Amino acid sequence: MYSLTKKEIEAMLIERHTKPVYEKLQKAKVAIAGLGGLGSHIAVALVRMGVGHLYLVDFDKVDSSNLNRQYYRSCHIGVYKTKALKEELKEINPWVDVQTNCIRVTEQNAVELFKEYPIVCEAFDRPAEKAMLINTLLFQIPSIQIVGASGMAGYKDANQIRTEKVMNRFYLCGDQKNGIETGDCLMAPRVMICAGHQANKVLQLLLQEEDNE
Amino acid sequence: MARINGIEEATDGMTLSELLEKKGYSKRFIAVECNGQIVPKTLYDSYEIQREDQIEIVQFVGGG
Repeated sequence: MYSLTKKEIEAMLIERHTKPVYEKLQKAKVAIAGLGGLGSHIAVALVRMGVGHLYLVDFDKVDSSNLNRQYYRSCHIGVYKTKALKEELKEINPWVDVQTNCIRVTEQNAVELFKEYPIVCEAFDRPAEKAMLINTLLFQIPSIQIVGASGMAGYKDANQIRTEKVMNRFYLCGDQKNGIETGDCLMAPRVMICAGHQANKVLQLLLQEEDNE
Repeated sequence: MARINGIEEATDGMTLSELLEKKGYSKRFIAVECNGQIVPKTLYDSYEIQREDQIEIVQFVGGG
């Protein structure tokens, strides 16, 4: 099996993205809360871009029902998502610093878990948990920026999925309407599109010093 | 007139909780920002909406 050296990956990323972009991304720290369809694809995109430090948080194991949309393979069934995803990410770029925490995020532990990370991606499944994370982190960590998601179920027009700055320091991706409550299933294309929106907003935040409207 | 999600509305004498109830929001699934600051859920009942307030309400739907 071929394994790239750190120098080879660096050279490739600099050639693709230019040196200033490479250097900014390499220093960046991003946390992802929830490693399902959104979180797993956000992580892959950020690793491919060369984001240097990732923090992955999820309590769950890979289940066969995840394979319709999440970045896992059948060999991962029964494995904790933190471990399975870290392995996949290391296959893409073994030199990225990937920290994991296999824990359920609660109102009580959220600040402690994420306070070292200037950007957090909210990638949970349940709306009450999404709301809990957004409320807790925005209120208690004054400088944190959050990129969340709401509304990516079904297979309606993909162009309805958008990124909007809905609050101070909070960006929301999705159509803000079509959730699993409507009876729509979660399917790979819209989930991946939404994850792409989130990863792209993270890149904007990392690469633009101001004007993130 | 306060601005709720960008639209001017009459909210005279209403608390945040009353507004949320009137508009049919489910408190477990929302985040509320008032004049650029997140409002903790413990203040929904006591916060009385002011004339110039700019209030943003986001309600989350499931899936991820």
